[in-house]
Amino acid sequence: MLSVLDFAPLLLQGLLVTILVTVLGALLTVVVAFTAGLSGLSKHWFLRWPSSIFVEFFRGSGLLVQMFWFFYALPFLGIQLAPLLAGVLALGLNEGAYAAEVVRGTIRSRAKGQTEAAIALGMSPSLRMRRILIPQSIPAMLPAFGNVMVDLLKNTSLVSLVTVADLTWRAFNARTVTGQTVTLFLTILVLYYIMSLLIGWLTRWLERRFALDRKSLAKAKPLKSLVGGISS
Amino acid sequence: MNIWDNAFAIEIIPILLQGLWLTVQITFFSFLISLVVGLLVAIIRFLRIPVVSHIFDFYVSFIRGTPLLVQAYVAYFVLPQVGLTFEVLATGIVVLGLNYSAYTAEVYRAGIEQLPKGQWEAARALSLPPLRTWFRIVVPQAVRPIIPVLGNYLIMMFKDSAILSSITIIELMGTALQIGSNFYRYLEPITIAGLMYLIISFPCSLLIRRLEHRFVPTH
Repeated sequence: MLSVLDFAPLLLQGLLVTILVTVLGALLTVVVAFTAGLSGLSKHWFLRWPSSIFVEFFRGSGLLVQMFWFFYALPFLGIQLAPLLAGVLALGLNEGAYAAEVVRGTIRSRAKGQTEAAIALGMSPSLRMRRILIPQSIPAMLPAFGNVMVDLLKNTSLVSLVTVADLTWRAFNARTVTGQTVTLFLTILVLYYIMSLLIGWLTRWLERRFALDRKSLAKAKPLKSLVGGISS
Repeated sequence: MNIWDNAFAIEIIPILLQGLWLTVQITFFSFLISLVVGLLVAIIRFLRIPVVSHIFDFYVSFIRGTPLLVQAYVAYFVLPQVGLTFEVLATGIVVLGLNYSAYTAEVYRAGIEQLPKGQWEAARALSLPPLRTWFRIVVPQAVRPIIPVLGNYLIMMFKDSAILSSITIIELMGTALQIGSNFYRYLEPITIAGLMYLIISFPCSLLIRRLEHRFVPTH
């Protein structure tokens, strides 16, 4: 009988596919989150409404349904997506909808005083967003984004259900050949766990980096001298 | 062939509703499990019993760090191999419940930590026994602000239960896939199933947003 070790190279391939899906999904998530999150903050209803419909739709109907819809239902409308593309698209749109709420909520929570100050300095709305609100909000978004990314990593296992040969798919199939169900599933559980921990560590490292940057920034340009400059 | 077949769509709605009913039942029982187990885990972690609390710390971290689908596979394929056989539906309900217990444990912890220190001191000053302190003072006060958060988890659970279709449980998603493969028409069953998830979870999340305004003190 074949052992789990014979399947190590295949599991490794599966691991690489899982990492690829996670990275692609993460990129799409960030793009979707900022697009939908920022339009959700817009004054114009034609930007705000589509954004909130998108967010409610993708958060309300469930990731697996969306993935199956892209994979099984879309071909009936004449659009055939490769399994990997269907999987990444569903992941990115779904996690992006959750992360859009993070973007919208964080920026809105710190918008008031900052906006007033920026308006007082005569900044245009887009300049305010690009130079003041977004850079200031990113460190505050990091913990929540870290959670979204761990969620994304775990949810990549669902792409195995639309025939993408990821880690879960490899283990599921190796199980039928080797019969070593216990070892195989425990191995991939541990692999997923290590990857989740890595994302957690990366998030905390980024949080510290941003915190340090802010401290050094405060040292370089003391607020006092700025105020003094204006009043004198 | 029409792209969207209305007659077919209407025909399959009653079958999908049966699947939806099973989904609702699964969610209800799994949620009960997650509430009870989560509370026990939170209390044990809070008491900081050497070794035992660390084991439960690991439990929470491991469950939160691994996919529900793989956990379901482990329960479905691995447990029978070590001599434990359960009914599939019961297995699914327990897996979903235990998965969410790791999240509810964290929610309870946040609720307990929010409680002012003075409440514990007052209970000790009145020399209340520990069990009465927990169930008369701590839990009732800790629960109020976390009700909306738990509500959000209930909705997420409702949608995540679709994953149990992969271990042959024919709930809403499983029914949709079965109809799809029987008639080789996936557009209608999956779309209607998605709408059913949406129709239930959207009003619930609006309701929870209202509760948040009422229960959670604004800073």
